[in-house]
Amino acid sequence: MGHGKQIIPEDSLIRMELVVVGSSLGGVKALQTILSQLPATFPLPIAIAQHRHADERGMERTLVKVLQQRSALPVSEPDDNERIEPGRVYLAPADYHLLVESGTFSLSADGPVHHARPSIDLLFESAAEAFHDRVLGLILSGSGCDGQAGAAVLRRLGGVLVVQNPATAECDLLPRLVLKSVTPDHLLDLSQIGPFLVHSLNLSAATSNENNCSQRKNALPGRSS
Amino acid sequence: MELPQASVAKEKLSAPGGEASSALDAREESRRQRIEEIEIQLLLEGVFLLTGNDFRKYSYASVKRRIWTCVVEEKFSTISSYQEKVLRDPATLQRLLMRLTVNISGMFRDPFFYLAIRKKIIPLLRTYPFVNIWVAGCAQGDEVYSMAILLKEEGLFEKTRIYATDLNEVVLDQARNGVFPLEPMQRYTQNYFKAGGTSAFSNYYTVQGKQVTFSSSLKKNVMFAQHNLATDSSFHEFHLIICRNVLIYFNKELQERVHRLFYDSLVMFGVLALGHKETLRFAELEGLFIEWDTENKLYRKIR
Repeated sequence: MGHGKQIIPEDSLIRMELVVVGSSLGGVKALQTILSQLPATFPLPIAIAQHRHADERGMERTLVKVLQQRSALPVSEPDDNERIEPGRVYLAPADYHLLVESGTFSLSADGPVHHARPSIDLLFESAAEAFHDRVLGLILSGSGCDGQAGAAVLRRLGGVLVVQNPATAECDLLPRLVLKSVTPDHLLDLSQIGPFLVHSLNLSAATSNENNCSQRKNALPGRSS
Repeated sequence: MELPQASVAKEKLSAPGGEASSALDAREESRRQRIEEIEIQLLLEGVFLLTGNDFRKYSYASVKRRIWTCVVEEKFSTISSYQEKVLRDPATLQRLLMRLTVNISGMFRDPFFYLAIRKKIIPLLRTYPFVNIWVAGCAQGDEVYSMAILLKEEGLFEKTRIYATDLNEVVLDQARNGVFPLEPMQRYTQNYFKAGGTSAFSNYYTVQGKQVTFSSSLKKNVMFAQHNLATDSSFHEFHLIICRNVLIYFNKELQERVHRLFYDSLVMFGVLALGHKETLRFAELEGLFIEWDTENKLYRKIR
């Protein structure tokens, strides 16, 4: 796994329309690292299920703020029915499940999955069913089994699965569990993930969708949070 | 533990005939998904024909998950085989209905919402000679009793009528009885205080074993009735409609229908209160309301 090696985009990545990320313990730091490596021109939407406290209201340092500090892309928590827009980072709100339908997000207040709400499994499974081979799933540091089933479904339905190398994860349990049940498309050190996303997706998007890309980049909606 | 090599990992492309088998997998998967869609449609059609309860416009992801939970619990492996039991066994049907309609909430859940009620809505309600409040999708009654307590403490209970409706007769009966499990009461007490409670939460209920019964004085001005948001029409005019974490279970079309129903059921400048992450922002009727409190999702009818 070369450090500093140019990563050659696979043909399959040209199709990508959505990135979904799953993480729990140790995930926030990993997300900060990755987000800080993505340019403001990153062309895809990114939806994140990060395990978090059920109630954040009244807290100064919200998770959105923490991630926004390191991100050139706008970070927000979507409402139910919110459209999925390119070049934005969407964080699953506390105490809700974040689901993906074909062009919009859907929220659920159903019971926790493997004690987790938001659940990584539900995000990945819904994204896989809606996007098939046009979704890239990223599994990061985490401590439970929420995410194991979802990662397998995502891959089975044709998506690209990237798993953080457990050796570089603050908590390696989740990446290890995922690796036990499914072979990912890419196994990357934390430091390689950001560059991988930039080179593989940016290049692919730029070469195959030039018109779409510039339209999408200019179409960032104004939004109050 | 041995870690698999990166980028040699994609078995389906690297194996001989890998391209063909991956395309085959994808087709198989599409077909499987299509059949599942059909099975769900048939089951919901059956439930509708049998009971009049229409879940066909509920959010697909949510309904699918709840159905599968039932299928697994009843020890079937396909939705179709489960359907037979649903149609023929009333108890199985009832369990499915409970699963599809019941949303867990909790008393004074999301205390910031109740604080916003106290700060913004109560002053508004004081200006009316009488107040009508609709709690739509009241389930076991958590919001109803929370509102009753709040109104009592704010001195508005006497001039208020609360209409509490739900699709499910069984939970409506539970709500009418006002009997709750004891176990979560401590957590509810904390919520009650965070929500601006001015008394002692335990003053409002009595304990019997592992259950608590809320004071019947809280129910004095509450009317419990069955009402189906998907099919029924407006039945009264309200100053405040509370419908929280119910609409997220409906698909967009059904949500629009319910928005219209709520609009028709509100007095001018009346308030619609949605769940913390629900919004009118992408709705057809958005222009008929202003977003009065963005954080707490309070909308005011202005046209």
